Amino acid sequence: MSARDEIIARIRNAQAGDQPGAPPVSAPPEPAYRHRWDADRTTLVERFSQRLSDYGVTILHARGDGAIAEVAATQLAARNIASLVIPADLQATWRPSHPAPTEDTNLSIAELDAAGGVMTGCLLGVAETGTIVLDCGPGQGRRALTLLPDYHLCVVRESSLVGIMPEAIHALHPRALHGAPITFISGPSATADIELDRVQGVHGPRTLDVILVA
Amino acid sequence: MKDTSFPALARAELRNTQLRRNIRKATTTIRERTARVAAELPDWEDLRTAGAAIKQATMRELDTHLLQLEERVTAAGGQVHWARDAEEAREIIIGITRRHDATSVIKIKSMTTDEIDLNPAMHAAGIEPVETDLADMIVQLAGDTPSHILVPAIHRNRAEIRELFEAKFAHGKLTDTPTDLTAAARRYLRDKFLHTPVAISGANFAIAETGSVGVVESEGNGRMCLTLPRVLISLMGIEKVLPRFTDLEVFLQLLPRSATGERMNPYTSLWTGVRPGDGPQEFHLVLLDNGRTRILADQAARETLHCIRCSRCLNVCPVYEHTGGHAYNSMYQGPIGAILTPQLRGFEEAGSLPFASTLCGRCYEVCPVKIDIPRILVHLRAGATEARRASHTLDPEALAMQAVLWLFGGQNRLRLAQTLGRVAQRAIAHDGIISRLPGPLHGWTDTRDFPALPPESFRAWWKNRPPAGQETSTPATARTAA
Repeated sequence: MSARDEIIARIRNAQAGDQPGAPPVSAPPEPAYRHRWDADRTTLVERFSQRLSDYGVTILHARGDGAIAEVAATQLAARNIASLVIPADLQATWRPSHPAPTEDTNLSIAELDAAGGVMTGCLLGVAETGTIVLDCGPGQGRRALTLLPDYHLCVVRESSLVGIMPEAIHALHPRALHGAPITFISGPSATADIELDRVQGVHGPRTLDVILVA
Repeated sequence: MKDTSFPALARAELRNTQLRRNIRKATTTIRERTARVAAELPDWEDLRTAGAAIKQATMRELDTHLLQLEERVTAAGGQVHWARDAEEAREIIIGITRRHDATSVIKIKSMTTDEIDLNPAMHAAGIEPVETDLADMIVQLAGDTPSHILVPAIHRNRAEIRELFEAKFAHGKLTDTPTDLTAAARRYLRDKFLHTPVAISGANFAIAETGSVGVVESEGNGRMCLTLPRVLISLMGIEKVLPRFTDLEVFLQLLPRSATGERMNPYTSLWTGVRPGDGPQEFHLVLLDNGRTRILADQAARETLHCIRCSRCLNVCPVYEHTGGHAYNSMYQGPIGAILTPQLRGFEEAGSLPFASTLCGRCYEVCPVKIDIPRILVHLRAGATEARRASHTLDPEALAMQAVLWLFGGQNRLRLAQTLGRVAQRAIAHDGIISRLPGPLHGWTDTRDFPALPPESFRAWWKNRPPAGQETSTPATARTAA
C-alpha cells in the first residue's frame, strides 16, 4: 500500500468512532466574531497611521495621484536612496524623477540585492493591525522585488483601507483561488531573539515608508 | 543510560540560575503582552470559539481535506508527498535535495523538521542544513537544543551570543548590543540566501480549498527562503490543513496575538504551487503522519491535534517557568509538550511528562483554540500508569499504593498500622510534618512534606467523646441556650 493510501486509511479508521450528527464542515455554525468594522474613512486612516507609527514606519501624505511622484522624490532624497527599482507596470505618474527608477524587467537577484530601494503599490491596507497586503497585482511586482532592497517605499490609497482582517481575507479570496502569492507586511522585519530586546530590521527591507494617498 | 525523565532533567535545570532568570523574564514579558493584545479585541472569545470549532470540524473530515489539498497543490504545479513516519519523511526530503546536487540547504524555523530529526540525517548525508531564524541559528552554532518553542535561544545571554558569533563567523570584534549582533547575522546569512538552491520550511497552515501554504514569521528569513531558492520543500503535519481560505481570518488573528503578543507579525507569506517567474520553480509539500493518526483515533486526546504552536501555554505555566524547556527533552515543551510528546513517542520514552503539571488549568484558559490540556493530562496519566503496570517493572509508587489498598481494606489492620505509625514517627515528625520518609519512601518527601499522623484518630476521638448532653458548652450551644 502506498504511504498516501495507508495514511488515508488510518485517518478513516480513526474517524470510525466519531459520533454521527456533529456539525459538518459544509454547514459550520454561524461564527459570532466580527466580519467587518464599519468605521468611517477618517477613523480607518487614523487607526492605520497609528499602527504604522507603532511599527516605526514613516507616513507621508499625498493629495491625489498627481502628488505621489513629488512626495516620493523628496523622501528618497531624505533617505539618501541612490538607486531605485520599480515594478515594470508601476503607474507612470507615480514615478519620481530622482533617482531615475529602473524597471524590474527580469533583473537578476544580484541586481535587486544591489538596489538601494524599491517603490511599489499594494492591494490594500488593514487599519486594525497596520498591515499592508501585496498580492503581486498591478504596480507590485514579484516577491523578490519587495524583499531584497534594503528600503521599501509603499503607496497605499486611503480608499483601499479595510477595517479588520476578515475584510482583507474576503477581498483576497478570489486572488488566492487564482494562485496569487500573498504577502502580509506589518512593519519592517523584527526580532526579539536576543534577550527579548526588539531589534527592527533583520532580513528584508530594514526601512519601510508609506505614502498615504487621499 | 542517562535518566531523561522530566524529574531528573528538571532537577539539573533548576540549578541553572541564569536559565531560570532568562526564562522568567521571557515568560513574564510575553505573558503580559499577549494578554494585552488579546483583551484589546472585543470578539477575542468568539474568535477562540470559532478556532476550536473549525479545528474540531476539520479533524472529522481530515481525509477529504488532505485529498483536496493534494489535488489543488498538484494542479498549481506543486508535488505532494506522504510520509508515514519520520524516517520516510527524511528519505523524501534528502532524496529531493540530492537530486539537485545541493550540498547545503537553508531552513526556516520548523518544529516538525526537529520532530523528524532532519538536521542530523542531513549531516550524515553530507548536506549542511543552515538554520536562518536568528534564535535557531544561535542554537545551531552553539550545538544546543531549543529551550522555548517561540524564542529557542532564550537561555543564552548577549555576551554568550557575541562570543559565539566571533568564534564562528564574524571577522573582527562585535559589540554585544542586540542591534549589532542582529546586523552581523544579516551579513552572514545574506550570501546563503542568495546562493543556496534548496530551502526547507515548515507550514503554519495549508488551505485545502486553494492549495495555498502559509508561513507566519518576523525576521524576513522566511520570505528569503520561500522566494529566492530554485527548490522549496515544505514539511507539514497532516493536522495543519484548514478547509477554507476564509478560515485564515480567524487564525491570522489568533496566532500572532497568542504567540508574540503582536497585533500582527511582521511578515506572513502564502503561496500556491509554483508561479512562473516568481519564487521557487519546484515546490514539494511533504505531509507527515508520524503518530498523528494514532492521536486522531483517541477521542479523549484528539484535541491535541488542534494546536497551532503559539506557545502561549508555555508562558503561563508555573512548572515551565521554573524548569525551562530542556527538562521536557523534546522540541515540544511546556503544557502542550506534556501532552503531545508522550503521544508521539509513547509512554516508555516520555511517560513522565503527563505528570509534569500541577493541573492548575491556566493553559486551558489562554489556549487560542481552547485545548483542554488539564483533562488530556489526566487521561494520559491513566495511560502512563497502565503502561507501567503492563511492563511489570518494580515500581515503588505502585507497591506503596498496593500496601495502602491492603491497609485500608480492614478496620483492625488500619488501627494497628496507625498505632505502630504513631510510635515510629516520633523520631522523624516535627510540628506535625515529616520532611524525610525512611528507605525507598524518601522519593516522595524529596520534593514535598508528608503530614504526620495526628495524636488521635477520628474513630478514637468519636469513641472517647463525652455522652450527649454532658459536653462542655461551645459558643454555639451557649447561644442556643440563651
